[in-house]
Amino acid sequence: MPKPELKNYKYKYGFFDKEKPVSTFQKGLSENVVRELSDIKNEDAWMRDFRLKSLRIFYEKKMPEWGADLSGIDFNDIIYFVRPAERQSVSWDEVPPYIKNTFERLGIPEAERKYLAGVSAQYDSEVVYNNIKCDWGKRGVIFCDTDTAYKKYPEIFKKYFGSVIPPADNKLSALNSAVWSGGSFVYVPAGVKVDVPLQAYFRINAKNMGQFERTLIIAEEGSSVHYIEGCTAPNYSTASLHAAVVEIIAKKSSSVRYTTVQNWSKNVYNLGTKRAFVEEEANVEWIDGNIGSGVTMKYPSVILRGPKARGSVLSLAYAGEGQHQDAGAKAIHLAPETSSRIISKSVAKDGGRTSYRGMVKIIKGAVNAKCKVVCDALLLDEKSRSDTYPTMDVKEPRSTIEHEASVSKVGEDKIFYLGSRGIKESDALGLLVSGFLSDLTRELPMEYAAELNHLLRLEMEGSIG
Amino acid sequence: MAALLEVKNLSSSVEGKPILGGINLVVNKGEAHVIMGPNGSGKSTLALCVMGHPSHKIEEGEIFFENKKLNSLKPDERAKLGIFLGFQNPLALEGVSFFSLMQSARNAPDIFELRKNISEKFLKLGLADDFIMRGVNDGASGGERKKLELAQMQMLEPKLAIFDEIDTGLDVDALKKIGEEIADLKNKGTAVILITHYQRILNYVRPDKVHIMMAGRIVKSGGTDLAEKINESGYSYLKCPIENAQA
Repeated sequence: MPKPELKNYKYKYGFFDKEKPVSTFQKGLSENVVRELSDIKNEDAWMRDFRLKSLRIFYEKKMPEWGADLSGIDFNDIIYFVRPAERQSVSWDEVPPYIKNTFERLGIPEAERKYLAGVSAQYDSEVVYNNIKCDWGKRGVIFCDTDTAYKKYPEIFKKYFGSVIPPADNKLSALNSAVWSGGSFVYVPAGVKVDVPLQAYFRINAKNMGQFERTLIIAEEGSSVHYIEGCTAPNYSTASLHAAVVEIIAKKSSSVRYTTVQNWSKNVYNLGTKRAFVEEEANVEWIDGNIGSGVTMKYPSVILRGPKARGSVLSLAYAGEGQHQDAGAKAIHLAPETSSRIISKSVAKDGGRTSYRGMVKIIKGAVNAKCKVVCDALLLDEKSRSDTYPTMDVKEPRSTIEHEASVSKVGEDKIFYLGSRGIKESDALGLLVSGFLSDLTRELPMEYAAELNHLLRLEMEGSIG
Repeated sequence: MAALLEVKNLSSSVEGKPILGGINLVVNKGEAHVIMGPNGSGKSTLALCVMGHPSHKIEEGEIFFENKKLNSLKPDERAKLGIFLGFQNPLALEGVSFFSLMQSARNAPDIFELRKNISEKFLKLGLADDFIMRGVNDGASGGERKKLELAQMQMLEPKLAIFDEIDTGLDVDALKKIGEEIADLKNKGTAVILITHYQRILNYVRPDKVHIMMAGRIVKSGGTDLAEKINESGYSYLKCPIENAQA
């Protein structure tokens, strides 16, 4: 299989890999690497054994043979762990010009640019987490990085960690389980409604951080929380593989919303596993935006386990030159009167490729289960491509499932209409693309939506870089 | 008086098929012109050629606006010079609000001022305020779409406004409203080209000139009486030059 076309993109943006040989970092994976990692983190035998067991599963499992082309990943060429002493930052000179240029155009403040570019070595997350601690800590809300949670809250941690996505789920979740580091931990006690979004914005700062992050969100009965991570501005990562695991446990009548927007640099394979257990009358919403990365494979899932559980996945993808966004959702109905909603909107330009891949399953006995799937793709030129791969497995006749799919192109007449109002072609495209995505962007926090629209407009100008 | 718009011997085609066959037209500042003619005579094509629709190829002739040649300019560049086209069947732009359209068209003015300005125009035209944030023309009736076209024109304040059948599909009240607004526009010094099938809008807008188009040509020009004559006896009394047009 051919490797993804990253070369053209490098040429276009004048982006050549200036990485110095990283001989001080250990490449490749072995039991020793995992042991060392666990030792440095001062983990107990429970976690060390969990990691080693996961490593063995990783070795046994095959790479997914469906979905995007992953043949460019070389597991031996990846740094799995960086010793704290070696945790170096990227120098500003190494940051690709197209990313710097985008920061400039987006008007991102100087200090923030360095975080986003991975230049700042400071691990600033403590500050963010601490602020939340003051406000909500008194009511029992825990919001911290996952390593800290493992040390400070072992009882809750061990009860739920790996319970939604076991290491054996797939090869990449096994890999994550073996070498995970970082990520966020959220615990909301029964009845507590956190009315401000918990936001992990500057979480991935230092080089090679956030590659195998592990996020765990637990919402006890009747609680609610909105967690936001990532950012719309480009994030420069020197690590070529990102394989996160996110687990959500939504207890009876709770509500959890998880919003993420990723805009990793285009050298990245982003292969996350995200899944939620949704109990009786609980509601989980995934809002998943993918605009960066060379290859993305991500299908946030809702497992509707209790009667009247609800789940939705709103997926937004943009694929430009050399990008393949293979995104979608899974909804598994295991109980009566469960309902799910999957809305996917994708835009492809300059030979980019978007795929919607979805799985809906309704088991026998999930009476009156309802599912609605809408996937719309917009193609901006002849070179770009969009595919839909829906899978439906319905065993309960007394259930309803709706599926709508459309592929559209931006018509000359719409561009002309906007042109007749004095709007130049690239701005017109930007407006039409923002309009196409507006159902989803309005679900994003305002600053994300504004920045995303701005970013899309820059993409339409083709002037990034 | 210096010509605002000057169309010289304009011939055009769509996908190789000839449409316009030698149009000459001069519109001076502040004048109102009416273009009438049977279906398929090239009225809309003339408007699209002036605005620069990419599917309409200019085979021969020139278009000038304030002595600037338009032939190779893009639609947005023509709009920026002060030309506006109100469409016969305005497209719906899902997700693109009237507000964001105006924000882009006017290069991000003060958003509070913009919002107020739109609101005032809508109120005067009898358009509901929620059209400001809704996708342009999305879910709007025929009449509402025509009003939304007019509102866009009023926001953009062009020097020349071309309206393609803005009076089609309107009820009596809407026709009166739109007619009065266009009359007001002309009084304020904006040049207007009205493409229409009906004489009735001329009860509100007094044209300086009336042109009759047939088979891609202007076959007769005159005053208001010409429109009245067409209204009474149709186009049949004019000789159709179709054989000549194809030459």
